[in-house]
Amino acid sequence: MVMAKTDEKLIVKGKRKDGRKPEDLRPVKLELDVVKRADGSSQASFGNTVAVVAVYGPRKLYPRFLQESDTGILRCRYNMAPFSVDERKKPGPSRRSVEISKVTRLAFEPAVFLEDFPKVTIDVFVEIIAADGSTRVTGINAASVAMAAAGVPMRDLVSACSVGKVDGEYVVDLNGIEDNNSDADIAFAMMPNKDLITLLQMDGRLTKEELMKLLEMAGENCRKIYSMQREVIMKKYERVEAEDERGDVE
Amino acid sequence: MEREEKSGESEKDSQKEAEKEESRKIVLPGDYIADKSGRKVWGGAYFDGEKVFSKVLGIPRVGEDDISVIPLSGNYMPRINDRIVGVISSVEISGWMVDINSPYPAFLPLNDAVDEFVDTERTDISKFFDIGDAIFCKISKVTKDKTVRVSMRSLGARKLYGGIIVKMTPSKVPRLIGRGGSMINMIKSRSDCIIYTGRNGVVWLRGENKAKAIEAILKIEEGSHISGLTEKIEKLLGKDIKDSGESEKKSVE
Repeated sequence: MVMAKTDEKLIVKGKRKDGRKPEDLRPVKLELDVVKRADGSSQASFGNTVAVVAVYGPRKLYPRFLQESDTGILRCRYNMAPFSVDERKKPGPSRRSVEISKVTRLAFEPAVFLEDFPKVTIDVFVEIIAADGSTRVTGINAASVAMAAAGVPMRDLVSACSVGKVDGEYVVDLNGIEDNNSDADIAFAMMPNKDLITLLQMDGRLTKEELMKLLEMAGENCRKIYSMQREVIMKKYERVEAEDERGDVE
Repeated sequence: MEREEKSGESEKDSQKEAEKEESRKIVLPGDYIADKSGRKVWGGAYFDGEKVFSKVLGIPRVGEDDISVIPLSGNYMPRINDRIVGVISSVEISGWMVDINSPYPAFLPLNDAVDEFVDTERTDISKFFDIGDAIFCKISKVTKDKTVRVSMRSLGARKLYGGIIVKMTPSKVPRLIGRGGSMINMIKSRSDCIIYTGRNGVVWLRGENKAKAIEAILKIEEGSHISGLTEKIEKLLGKDIKDSGESEKKSVE
């Protein structure tokens, strides 16, 4: 895994460095319940990028001045483990992780029914344990599954993916080296059933037409990821049997 | 609330059947459940225009008058008239704060807890309930901003002496109780325990064979989605208790 700038061609004969076609996702793995004591948790890996997410809540919110009497709040923490990158990352929050924490929160705020939980908080912890590009969208994908499993009321699941332009070609799900050498890259998150975008960040230069084309690709791949997210939750509960009445207490 | 006239029954019946069939499925947040058609939407469901969607991971209930989703996970959210097991967390001037296993604390006012006249100036009300005491009570009020009040003025409400507390996922409590109380009654009779099941996922129990009862409760929590659970629990609670019961009887004789 070489993260630095390179002069090498990243797409040769329509194939990327890792053998994918430009419009392919990396192998995706989603797993539920990886953190035992959390209300909901999941692990997502997109190729070499691995994110572990734990969701706690709704739970009491202290200090009290943070409480909002008409709505709950959502707190997200994005953190990269020191060993997640080639050269050891200094532990603790950085300018970058603070920003990504914020955009993760903003990606979920339109989806979560925070008004159902006055005065309390929902805490989302995103830990990147291996980083190879597209970490924020991997974190969002994992967080979405973890929140659904935790029973957090949401308008829709949130699915995310990255798209970009590498060597003049449109690519999906950029890995580390592509990310560092791209002409432009976009982090994108949406609610697939509602067709609403909740996160859109771009780095680099694109024309309007290029942007529209990439957004279309991003939407398409978010739907693919959505079906994978669905599948992993369904698998856990596929044999759930409904209990008809709320039985009598005592 | 408007309701459609009952005409064109056969067509509607088949539609209802289909909806019923649908209601067995699991839904995820954002899944379309049914058209609203004047019905009440509550619980884990929400509507956008005429369409009803799920808010949570759960099982949809499509009724004639209402649509809801029973969540499969999540913390306890207090609802009025729920009967719960709470633990006193602090003693105030004219009441108690109660931990109800929810993000929201509840208040138990003195006049809803004690029948006799109490002069608060002279009495230390911790003689009625003290910190750490478990109570079986009812949620009497929940305001919009989730200020919760509980009351002991309800059938079966009481202070629970001794015993131990087991916590489980609140959404699985109906499974523990079973249809018409079948499951919990079986556990009670076979383990010879006194059990109070709170809607908030707190179970209080006391008795000889409480280890067996706890094992059964945890098993239900773990496998609440497995069909034929009752038989499995029956097996778990098993004959040995019956046998021991019989042998006890014999020894008494």
